[in-house]
Parts: sequence; structure tokens; C-alpha cells
Amino acid sequence: MITKLNVASIMVLNKDEALDFYVNKLGLEKGQDVKQGSYRWLTVRVPGDVTEISLEEPGPPVHDEATAAQIRELITKGALGGLVFKADDIRGLYETLKSRGVTDFTQEPTDHFYGTDMGVRDPFGNAIRILQQGKVAQKVKA
Amino acid sequence: MSREAEDLNRRLLRARDAMDRAYAEPLNVRAVAAVAHVSEAHFIRSFRAVFGETPHRYLQRRRVERSMFLLRETDRSVTDICFDVGFTSRGTFSRTFREVVGEAPSHYRVGHGPMVAPNCFQLWATRPVVAAGVAMQSSSFGDAAAATAS
Repeated sequence: MITKLNVASIMVLNKDEALDFYVNKLGLEKGQDVKQGSYRWLTVRVPGDVTEISLEEPGPPVHDEATAAQIRELITKGALGGLVFKADDIRGLYETLKSRGVTDFTQEPTDHFYGTDMGVRDPFGNAIRILQQGKVAQKVKA
Repeated sequence: MSREAEDLNRRLLRARDAMDRAYAEPLNVRAVAAVAHVSEAHFIRSFRAVFGETPHRYLQRRRVERSMFLLRETDRSVTDICFDVGFTSRGTFSRTFREVVGEAPSHYRVGHGPMVAPNCFQLWATRPVVAAGVAMQSSSFGDAAAATAS
């Protein structure tokens, strides 16, 4: 039986820039940062959580240059998958992100029957959603 | 793909996000092109090359998707929903909805209830695909011309 999501990965264009965004802007913490030859095993995680998010750059030896270029194209047009986080104070977080200079919001905090969520993109185009779960309400009456 | 092309992609995506965020407001193509830091003509051409449809069609499908959402999830009138999602004419809304969805808004409402998937996944995955052969090639955002005709 599988018991836990241990590592998820996300493709980024630049690991240093990604680390700065995910840690200094979004508020995650750095996990692993190990250099082995030319490979840098770099992860971030939600503070206190065990699931690591591996930041990966397209390129050799995993991808030949043509493949890497295709992946970079998909990242920058927002066509790859993203990450969904939970937060405890979504509107406070929204203000914090703005104060840290984040501008690429795809959605300001918006209420739904399952809670309040917002959307932001990382510097490369990956979609990040953040949800504060709330009570299930009835069908909206307007 | 060059770094310049990746940078243009990213700016076009930022402009597309602006449409997803502000679909309910009166948008014009010049303002959205400015988000991407390109001229209006370059914006329309490059947006189409990158995303496979014109900015105008993208926005119309977003507005139709949000209207479908409101028809499913709320009791608001079709006319209110038409204006809620950024259309400025009931005639344009009904015609566009029918072109994209294949049935009238009121008819769609009868057949559909709330969805279980979170709203972000609905936004991402349920923007309707325009039926093959339907011409929606206008590159202008304004409903004004169509509204005059309807």
C-alpha cells in the first residue's frame, strides 16, 4: 500500500530563480540542495511538511536539446500542470504575496462553496492554486 | 525555441491571464496587448500562433464558460448573467452561446446542475470548444458592432 506522496516535481526554466520565487515569495522552505556532478537536486516543501517538490530544469542528460526546447515552450505558454496548495488565511496570504512583489495573479481570492481560492503563476508560467477550505454552502442564491 | 520566443510566450500568457481575470469588464484588445508589451496587430497574430485561436475567441469562450457556470450554479436570470460575464448585448450573448454550446442558455440551464470539480479545474478544463466550422474570426473585442447588428 502506498502511504504518502514523497516527491512531486515541477519543470522550471531556472533553478535559482525558482528557488527565490518558491521560498522568498511564496513562503515555502528549501528542502534538499545537493550538487552531484552537474546535477543539482533541489527541492522545496511546505514548512513542516514531508512532501518534497523537486525543481527540475529541462535539458540533458534527461532531455536532448530539441525536447528541452519543447518543454520550455510548454512551460512558458502555461500548458503544463501546476501545484495546488492549502493555506489557513488566504486573504492575508494574498496581501503578503503582493507586498513581496508578486504580480502574476491569475485570480484574486474568490469564494466558492468549498472555500476560498486564488491563483498565481510562477515566473516561468506554471500555475499555482492556493485554497483555504471552508464550509460547504448551499447553491448560491442571487 | 529561442529565449526571445519563450519570453514572448510568457508575456502572451500574462495577457491571457488578464482576460481570464477581467472577463467581466469591458476589455479592448489594445489594453490586453499592452499587458504583453506588444502592438495590437502583433498581439493578435502571435497569440493565435501560440494558443491556436485569436484573443477575441479566447475571451468569448471564457465568457461563455463563466455564463455556463452561472447558469448551472445560480438562479440569476439569463439577462443578468449575460451582463455579469462581460457581454454588452443580450442578442450577442445568446447568439454566441448558441454558436459555442449548441443550445440556448435557458435550455442549457435546464439540462445541467452544479459540478463537483473545484472551480479552478472548471476554469481550466471546461472552457467550451467551438464546434468545427463555426466562424468566430473577429479580432475585435467589442460587442458594439455585433450589438448594433442584433
